[in-house]
Amino acid sequence: MIARTLPVIDRDNQAYWIWGRDGKLAIHRCAACEYYVHPPVAFCPRCESRDVAPHAVSGRGRVVTFTVNHKAWVPDLTEPYVLALVAIAEQDDVRIPCNIVECPPDAVDFDMEVEVVFEPAEDLWIPLFRPVQS
Amino acid sequence: MTRFAEKNTAITGVGMSEVSRGATKSALGLTVDAALEAIADAGLTRADIDGIATWPGEKADGSGFSPVGCAALQDALRLEVGWYGGGGEAPGQYGAVFNAIGAIAAGLCRNVLIFRTMYEATARKTAYANSLLREGQRQAGPFAWYAPYYTYAAALQQALFFNLYVHKSGIKPEQVGQIAVNQRRNAALNPNAIYKTPITIDDYLASPLIATPLRIYDCDVPIDGAAAIIVSRMDVARDLKNPPIRIEAIGSSMRYRNSWTQLAELDTQAQPKVAEMMWGRTDLKAADVDIAQLYDGFSFHTINWLENFGFCERYGAKDFIDGGHRIALGGELPVNSGGGAMSGGRLHAYGAVHEACTQLWGRAGARQVKGDPQVCATSTSGGPLAGAMLLVRD
Repeated sequence: MIARTLPVIDRDNQAYWIWGRDGKLAIHRCAACEYYVHPPVAFCPRCESRDVAPHAVSGRGRVVTFTVNHKAWVPDLTEPYVLALVAIAEQDDVRIPCNIVECPPDAVDFDMEVEVVFEPAEDLWIPLFRPVQS
Repeated sequence: MTRFAEKNTAITGVGMSEVSRGATKSALGLTVDAALEAIADAGLTRADIDGIATWPGEKADGSGFSPVGCAALQDALRLEVGWYGGGGEAPGQYGAVFNAIGAIAAGLCRNVLIFRTMYEATARKTAYANSLLREGQRQAGPFAWYAPYYTYAAALQQALFFNLYVHKSGIKPEQVGQIAVNQRRNAALNPNAIYKTPITIDDYLASPLIATPLRIYDCDVPIDGAAAIIVSRMDVARDLKNPPIRIEAIGSSMRYRNSWTQLAELDTQAQPKVAEMMWGRTDLKAADVDIAQLYDGFSFHTINWLENFGFCERYGAKDFIDGGHRIALGGELPVNSGGGAMSGGRLHAYGAVHEACTQLWGRAGARQVKGDPQVCATSTSGGPLAGAMLLVRD
């Protein structure tokens, strides 16, 4: 597979893309009411607290929706591959785009239970999800 | 309902450049063609144009997505305008029209030239393979969340939403495919359409999968081309050449999370609240609509629209479009009579407005809908973007 295109890192999103080096999925959480705020910003839209910071979640989630890509958009792309939106176990309305790995594309299904794994890329750790194994 | 500003505006002229898979003119040249045709169609001259608007404004990134902005067109035509505006932070492609309605209401202008130019066919041959991601560059903005996952085109995001819709609704491929078949059948009667060779449902089912459940025939066609419309203040419009096409109601809103990943209802996308707003600004009902001209970036958009605007119940589109008869030219609700973006080419909802006016003025030739249509529903859609207009011949 060809190299992944990487995101521009800023103060709000850096924990999300870096904490994977320690095996942790970082999602911003409100310290006052425990609401998860994603995409990350230091403001809780539920209780208006500014005390919102990256928090290590379980890394578990469910596949909300997915697609199996069959088109070779760029040279050397290996398809098919699965693009999915995964809702984290802690809060169903936090959805993470990802590839589903360690699983044949035709075995991926709606509501499948998945867990995070990380793939290093330059200075970042990219969250990916695989079927729950443990 | 005169308190709504759009009721004091009308479309008075339309224009369209040649649409092709590789233009012989520059993007600005195509825009000039469309603009001059629209100005003349309204019975105006360049001196009468006192406003310009476009969506999303000039994007000089080589993608061809929006290669011409207000400034370039203003200078090319040497216009003197009291107001102009372009920008991508708007409720979809019709944001340019909604802004123009506001500018007219504010007394800043009377005749606004609104345009949308695409140069994607040429861009794909000469520069980038897609409009979202760049090799060797890091991605900023909302698409940064998708960037690492080989998400090279809007088709992949739409496929995510479409797959959930199929899962919930049980719609079958042969029902979805009727939209592509219908558009192609209509395009065969449109001299300016890109793909005119009819397709059957078997052709659709045999066409390549892009990303499940999206097939190549579910996708619109990148083109080079420009469309332009003139929106005029109503008292001015009534003195011009064409019967004014009143902007009866608009739907525009951001009452949901503006995100390609965190939208509350992924399988309806952003239209439901836009539809609610549009129907709240008119006494007309879905049953009054004679024709529909929709931005069909993907066939899924048409399915969404039928449900979101109340032409059938939620997840009822499969029965509405089954067999394709209702949405055909001779059906009870002809949809995308010019071939839409899927066969006509991606002019991003402005092709739809051009076709709406062409039909309402009775100029559509071989594809003219019978029965003198007077009310046309139009829309844009895609992820968190949505807008709608109800157009009525005066």
